[in-house]
This record gives sequence, structure tokens and C-alpha cells, in this order.
Amino acid sequence: MNDFTPYSALIGGGLIGLAASGLVLLAGRIAGISGIAAGVFSARGHERLWRAAFVLGLVAGAAAIVHLSGIKVEVRSIATVPGLILAGLLVGFGSRLGSGCTSGHGICGIARLSPRSLVAVGVFMVTAAIVVFLVRHVMGVPTWP
Amino acid sequence: MAVILAAFACGALFGAGLVVSRMTDPAVILAFLDVAGNWNPTLAFVMGGGLIAAVPGFVLARRRAKPALAADFQIPTRRDIDGRLLIGSAIFGLGWGLAGICPGPSIAGLATGATAFFVFVPAMLAGFALHALAERVLARK
Repeated sequence: MNDFTPYSALIGGGLIGLAASGLVLLAGRIAGISGIAAGVFSARGHERLWRAAFVLGLVAGAAAIVHLSGIKVEVRSIATVPGLILAGLLVGFGSRLGSGCTSGHGICGIARLSPRSLVAVGVFMVTAAIVVFLVRHVMGVPTWP
Repeated sequence: MAVILAAFACGALFGAGLVVSRMTDPAVILAFLDVAGNWNPTLAFVMGGGLIAAVPGFVLARRRAKPALAADFQIPTRRDIDGRLLIGSAIFGLGWGLAGICPGPSIAGLATGATAFFVFVPAMLAGFALHALAERVLARK
């Protein structure tokens, strides 16, 4: 548990929750990233514009922390290119079919006690944990040191 | 225009939060999902912090007739658990468990310049398109 960072997790999580509160109170929308990102391509006019603005903001806000804050930002990925492509396809398809991902169901849905989101989060957490168990402990793929 | 600016600002706050909380590091996500290994509860604290800040927003939203800058609230009202929700969430979980990357961190992660996100994001967009195509084919039947 030496990689456990509770304070930055609570602070960063707080910023995420504040963004979700802000979007619903100002624009009346759910801050679900899969829905917003997909809508950049499928929606038209104003519906497309605000979604594009949100996605741009997502990158800009992240860039501000990466380049201006002085916080050390690590990206430790051991997935191969085919693995990343398969994972991306599954995450994209599954989040649309299941009407949401870790943000829309995980933060917004649970915050409003949506029964659909509670079930969705349970299903994707358990599925992902089983995948990690199989990859790491059955197939024996090495973990990050 | 006000909604577009608000969306940008909320997106920026969201993206900043993802980096600060280390959700853009797949090793942190996978260590949370690895309950049989060296378990790292960081992700649970991110969700906790997120809920502490999001619950008041949604409680307040429920008491308002309309949002500050837009004509109406567009909040899902469905409560039924259907096959699409279960199967979609399971497929999502498969991908999330494989790479330790989900939609928000993948897009915010582009700001780090890490190659993994530049491979993952186009594949995810292709997944969105495949889903739209599948729904269209199903609707035609």
C-alpha cells in the first residue's frame, strides 16, 4: 500500500465532484464523459458545441496541472498496443451500451442514488477486478513494480 | 454562449481533478482493481471526494425548477435494470480491467503526452461509433 495517496485523491475527487455539481446546476447536464465525448460526434448545433467545450476543458485543465502545477504526474502503462486498442474498443462500446462509465454512473449516478448506476458500478467494478485477477494472478502477467 | 463557457470551466475542473487524484495513472487504477494483490484504495478515496462534492449539487438541483444558464435539466429518469445496462457495464469492465483506463482519464491523459492515451482514445471513439452502428442496425430490424 506504499502507493496509496489519500489526500490528493480526496482533493482531486473533490474537484471532479465540484465539476459535476457545477455542470448540473449551471447547464442542467450530467458530467458523464463517455456520453459527452460520444455526443461531440453524434449531436448537432449547440448540443455538440457545449460537449466539445467540455472535452476541450478536460484536456486544458489536465494540461494546466501537468505543466504548471509542479505536481509529478506519472503514467505507468504496461499494456501493449493491441491490448490498448482492444481495451479502448471495449470501453467505448460498453460505456455507450451501458449508458455510462466511471463518471456518469460512478460519480453522478451514485450521487443521485440512481438504481441503474448503482448496479452498473457494481457490474463494471466486479468485471474489471476479475479481469485483473485473471491477468495478474492466473496468467501471471507482471504488475508494475 | 454562457453554457459553453460553463461547460469548458467544468471540463477544466474535472480534468484537473483527474490528474491531481492520479486517475491518469493506469497503475493506480489497476492496483485498486487488484483486490488479491498489493491493493491500493486511492480510487475509492477519489470516488469519496467526488461524492462529497457532487451530492450537494444534485440535491440542490432537485429543488430548482431549472438550471442557472439553461432552459431545463436533462437528468436520466429511468430506473429499470435492463440487459443493455448489465451487458454494456460488463463489456466496459472488461476493457477497464485490461488497461486500467476509462473515458475521462483517457481524454485528460492526452495532456500528459503519454503514448498509451493516443492509442486508447481513437480505439474508444471507434467503440462509440460501433455502438451507434449496432443500434442503427438493431433499430432497422
